[in-house]
Amino acid sequence: MSDSSLDSLKSQWTCGKCGAPLEVASVNVSYLGSGYPVDMLVCKNCKRPLVPAELALGKMLEVEKLMEDK
Amino acid sequence: MDQTRLRELEDQCIQECAPPCAAHCPVHVDVRALTSAIATGDFQTAFKTLYKTVPFPEIIARTCNQPCQAACYRKSVGGDIQVAALELACIQRYDHLITKPMLLPQKDARVLIIGGGLSGLTAAFELVKKGYQVALYERENRLGGRLWSYNEDQLHGEVIHREIERIIDLGIEVHFNTELTPASVSSLQFDACYLGTGAGASNPFNLLTNPNHSLQVNTDTFQTSQANVFAGGSLLRPPSTIFSVSDGRRAAISIDRFLQNVSLTASRVNEGAYNTRLITNISKVDSVEIVPPAPTGYSVADAIAEANRCLQCDCMECVKVCEYLKHYGSYPRKYVREIYNNLSIIMRTRTSNKMINSCTLCGLCEEVCPTDLNMGVVNNEVRQTMVKTGKMPPSAHDFALRDMAFSNDARVALNLTADGSETCDYLFFPGCQLSASNPEYIPKLYQSLASVLPKLGVMLRCCGAPADWSGEQELFAQTMLEFKTQWLALGKPKLVLACTSCLRMFSTALPEIETLSAWQVFEAHTLFPASRQYSRSLAIHDPCTSRYVDKWQDAVRTGLDAMGITHHELEMSRDLTECCGYGGVAWLAHPELVQDILKRRASEDEADYLTYCVMCRDLLAGQGKPTLHLLDLIFGENLDQLARRKGPDYSQRHENRLRAKEKMIKLITGKEHPMTESYERYTLLLTPEMRVTLEERLILVEDVQKVIEFAETSGESFKNQQTGHTLAFFKPNLITYWVEFSREGDAWRVHNAYSHRMELEGRAS
Repeated sequence: MSDSSLDSLKSQWTCGKCGAPLEVASVNVSYLGSGYPVDMLVCKNCKRPLVPAELALGKMLEVEKLMEDK
Repeated sequence: MDQTRLRELEDQCIQECAPPCAAHCPVHVDVRALTSAIATGDFQTAFKTLYKTVPFPEIIARTCNQPCQAACYRKSVGGDIQVAALELACIQRYDHLITKPMLLPQKDARVLIIGGGLSGLTAAFELVKKGYQVALYERENRLGGRLWSYNEDQLHGEVIHREIERIIDLGIEVHFNTELTPASVSSLQFDACYLGTGAGASNPFNLLTNPNHSLQVNTDTFQTSQANVFAGGSLLRPPSTIFSVSDGRRAAISIDRFLQNVSLTASRVNEGAYNTRLITNISKVDSVEIVPPAPTGYSVADAIAEANRCLQCDCMECVKVCEYLKHYGSYPRKYVREIYNNLSIIMRTRTSNKMINSCTLCGLCEEVCPTDLNMGVVNNEVRQTMVKTGKMPPSAHDFALRDMAFSNDARVALNLTADGSETCDYLFFPGCQLSASNPEYIPKLYQSLASVLPKLGVMLRCCGAPADWSGEQELFAQTMLEFKTQWLALGKPKLVLACTSCLRMFSTALPEIETLSAWQVFEAHTLFPASRQYSRSLAIHDPCTSRYVDKWQDAVRTGLDAMGITHHELEMSRDLTECCGYGGVAWLAHPELVQDILKRRASEDEADYLTYCVMCRDLLAGQGKPTLHLLDLIFGENLDQLARRKGPDYSQRHENRLRAKEKMIKLITGKEHPMTESYERYTLLLTPEMRVTLEERLILVEDVQKVIEFAETSGESFKNQQTGHTLAFFKPNLITYWVEFSREGDAWRVHNAYSHRMELEGRAS
């Protein structure tokens, strides 16, 4: 995800559980046994990651298809 | 699929077999390429095509007895193609293009050619090109032999001289006025000999002869009783210039092999004239009369017109009728190779996965194929292999398999006998999609059937077709076993079906079970309502799984007649019917292709359609083609509206199956049976656009409800400071669903929903 879209998301969303702001962190995402780190927003306290639609329907879907045909 | 199976399948597809003209031509002039070039006005390419196989193009064009014509598919629809005249049209324009061929470096071996006729000259030409030293002996004072017997109008001496000189100039040593005898031959030095002396000539080698005094010659290799002597041409057969060229060339191949000490016979299939396996369907070809050449030959325009009559023979029968086979731009012989390669890939990307999963498995290809090749069987077999070896993309069929699991879940499935007894004589099995599309028809149909069938039970579940189509053999076997166990417990009732896909599954996996269609019951007991009316004409779209099931097809037609409904047949009906795109789970693998399949089918007839598969109906109607299900005619009101209604979305289909179950329990037991899950408390507010989004993203209302339930009960979510929306995710199984929502009174407004399969593993180091 681009820095600007991360910044924009960061200014909009907070954790619904503890109310803490979000921060950028590297999160491991994996599929069919292969994984790689992706910069995304997580709650500062609970560390729960936020996957925006843009990421799920864009890059993640692309990688899923790629891995499935490997 | 192993190599042997691949070869068998490749061989079964006849598309790459030679057209009859080229096969029957003993030197295999590529007539199809020749006419194809002329048809575009490209005489130069056409000439090169001819010269590639015929070293004496004008002699042949003027004297060939054209065995190509006897086999020409155009023959019965206007007359055979005037091949020789077309060849002449090229030669007249491009003969000057002939250049000296490349000769291989000279070899030590010396070949003797006896007889300067066309076969001997061809053998000499072929051998001198290969670098052999060639000495030709001719008893006359000129070369050409029988060619001089043609009258000058047909074949002028100038042509004979010109074309023969071109060959002699390559370095052939010629001895005129020399008739060889056993004595004179023995004094000559040579390693091999070709005898092309024509009929009735002397036998200088004292070779063995047949009782009729003809030489004993191997018809495949042209070898005589003396190993280094080969013979061909008109000493073997009635005179024919094209066969003489063929004999000379084939004998030269043998001589070359003999001198190199390799097998004379290996890999020499279809070398001379042969019958091709290619079949071209001319049933839809309009007759077009021959364009005769002028005495001086074809004008450019006439040659083009005649060449355009060529059918460019090929098979392509399956590709013509199948949108799937057409979509990938090739034909089965190529496809099976591609599929085989895809299976064999270990490290790289398997690019054909989608192709394998896009076939509807409908079997129309087999029905139209001259050799009965069924790509559906191949694709299904390969899907099974992919599942077994873990190479099937998890997303390929997952949604359909979960849909099947839903139908067969205890909450949704139903197994009920009429009077509470343990067994029944008949079992009504409407199929999961009829319940999903039209739950209101289930009790109505049951009541009609029960009025004539004693002890009728009902079973609501999925037959297992999605598992079979997905290549999930184990899951399919397990689903069938579950069904069979229940069927046995019910006392082996006869199955009354309303879906041909269910029929296909049961008759394949459990052939011991007796089945009949609801329509046959209606037919046998005259249950079809009389005098139904529909405002427009109706054409029957048979479901693809009804192929070869005459009883079902007939009962539907009888029913339409009984109801007084005017109907007619589609060109592709009954055993030739086409799949709507639902078969083989193609709709999930390749939705765009399914749109093309539907467009094609919908446009085949201007009439509205009538079918007896609810998925065909929903898909065709979804494409904008007014389509009725047979049950609409039997039970429906306002048929115009019913024909145009869109089928329910995926979420509604789940809901409808539950409603069908409730209705049947109420009908048979009189008891209410409301079924609710905790997440159903979350009433959703969905705009029509959001419904479409969910449908496209294969997200069910229940998936959304589960996310909201999880967020509301656990608090695990994100809050948007600007909009006040909540964003939360839930992963019930393999897929993670995300929903952005807000509370509106007692309901939840859905602003967005999406999913991913990738797993979030927490913070990277």
